[in-house]
Amino acid sequence: MTNPSRKREFSVTVPIFELRDVTYRYGKIDALSNLDLTILAGQRIALLGANGSGKSTLLSILDGLYFPQEGSVMYCGEPLTEDRLQTQEIEFDFRRKVALVFQNPDIQLFNPTVFDEIAFGPLQVGWPKDQILMRVSAILERMEIVHLKDRAPHHLSTGEKKRVALASVLILDPDVLLLDEPTAALDPRSESQMIDFLVNCGDGKKTVITATHDLDLLEDIADYCHVFQGGQIVAAGTSDEILRNHELLLRTNLVHAHRHRHASGEMHIHPHRHAHEH
Amino acid sequence: MSAKSRGPVERSLSTFVDALRHTFDAEELAKKNGLLQKLDPRIKIAAILPLILIAALARQLRAIVAIFVFAVLVGLLSRVPLITLARRVWLATLSFTGLISIPALFLTPGRAIYLLPFFSWTITAQGLHAATYLIMRAETAATLSVLLILCTSWNNLLKALRVLRFPIILVVILGMTYRYIFLLLRTAHDMFESRRSRMVGQLPGHELRKVATASAGVLMSKTLQIGEEVYLAMRSRGFRGEVYVLVEFRTSWLDWLILGCFATVAGFGFWFGR
Repeated sequence: MTNPSRKREFSVTVPIFELRDVTYRYGKIDALSNLDLTILAGQRIALLGANGSGKSTLLSILDGLYFPQEGSVMYCGEPLTEDRLQTQEIEFDFRRKVALVFQNPDIQLFNPTVFDEIAFGPLQVGWPKDQILMRVSAILERMEIVHLKDRAPHHLSTGEKKRVALASVLILDPDVLLLDEPTAALDPRSESQMIDFLVNCGDGKKTVITATHDLDLLEDIADYCHVFQGGQIVAAGTSDEILRNHELLLRTNLVHAHRHRHASGEMHIHPHRHAHEH
Repeated sequence: MSAKSRGPVERSLSTFVDALRHTFDAEELAKKNGLLQKLDPRIKIAAILPLILIAALARQLRAIVAIFVFAVLVGLLSRVPLITLARRVWLATLSFTGLISIPALFLTPGRAIYLLPFFSWTITAQGLHAATYLIMRAETAATLSVLLILCTSWNNLLKALRVLRFPIILVVILGMTYRYIFLLLRTAHDMFESRRSRMVGQLPGHELRKVATASAGVLMSKTLQIGEEVYLAMRSRGFRGEVYVLVEFRTSWLDWLILGCFATVAGFGFWFGR
């Protein structure tokens, strides 16, 4: 699925997010500890890690939903704090520019119809109604979900729900797209459609930050990866570099060691990205 | 596994889950071309809420019955099938209110009209009167409330409540309830299915009750978690507590005419219900 022509050089150097010494705890459990991270505008970043490694928590922090107990988060050079987001103008500007697609679309889809769902964001940030109607129609067509517009979101298939969830944030044309396991629970066809869409969305102008543990997705959606373990970044590098580092992938539970017997009868243990790759 | 092999608590909860799911599936009714559907949501609320209040406060049974008959008529004109009202409103209300009103039959002092065999308990005329009042009030109020909800898109209803100066906290709570009720229903359903799939044979009554209590606790915990997640998803898309919809509310002569009719019925109900 990798298309080298899609890879881009990092010509931009403006930090969109800067995290310094960030610690976030759920009760007494550290979800993130002493995290330092800089994300530049236009980058396509993957946050790679096994379940519970802190990826989703980081996305929630970047989306201004959680605020760290320690450390600082800067968005476009300004502190991203709960107090600042209390100001309506600042929050609306931030919500328009930064959008999060949740892992579970059932959480994200809460309106009676798909149309209402997609129009929800623009209505909240005060877009004119004519513009909303025009943009909803356009995004329905672009995501090929026109036929779903009057359906109740909770009656859709998982693949359809994921598309609607993506459409509901893309309508605001955000500069930063945060994706939490975008292909989780999708069948192969829906997964392929979703990857194609993510690869093409934004024409390379958007900053796309994807939390995933799906290594097959990596080369298509990210140029640079941060590998998480126990709430800390344990490695970083280009997708190729990370994918070639089998020891790292094994250590961070991103691949499993697969025991099997060769035709000669010799027993081997190899790391494998998935069950059928030998 | 058949319904009979399930415990009574689980069976009730499962029925409740099904009923709620069907109730919310009735969003389709709001799109029909009926009397209430044609009205401005603000007018609908202004017309129906006083009737609910008067039905709840009326001291004459005939006034409550008249409002109930009027509500059924409005339901028919709004293309709400009677079977829907009977199944989802009248029976449900009767089962709850009926249960509550049973003691009144025996405990209210007055003229004895029937002696219950075996128990030697006496049903009094005054007790029967009190129970009938309670049930009719509940049925009338529930019918009117459900008609309002069934014949109005939920978002429009919330916006209309805000326009009519209902407290924002109430509107937000209603909005959140609607938004995660489906998730909660699915969670509850999955929990029951999961438990049933791992059960062999029948549990004794006390064990069933223990399991039901534990399930209720887990469900409560999940409810809080789901509520938090849905709220974060709403915040993420700019939600700050206010309700916005694309529809612009406009009143027409029909709205004012219907409001006049409702106000007249409410006036009569108030006068004859004193």
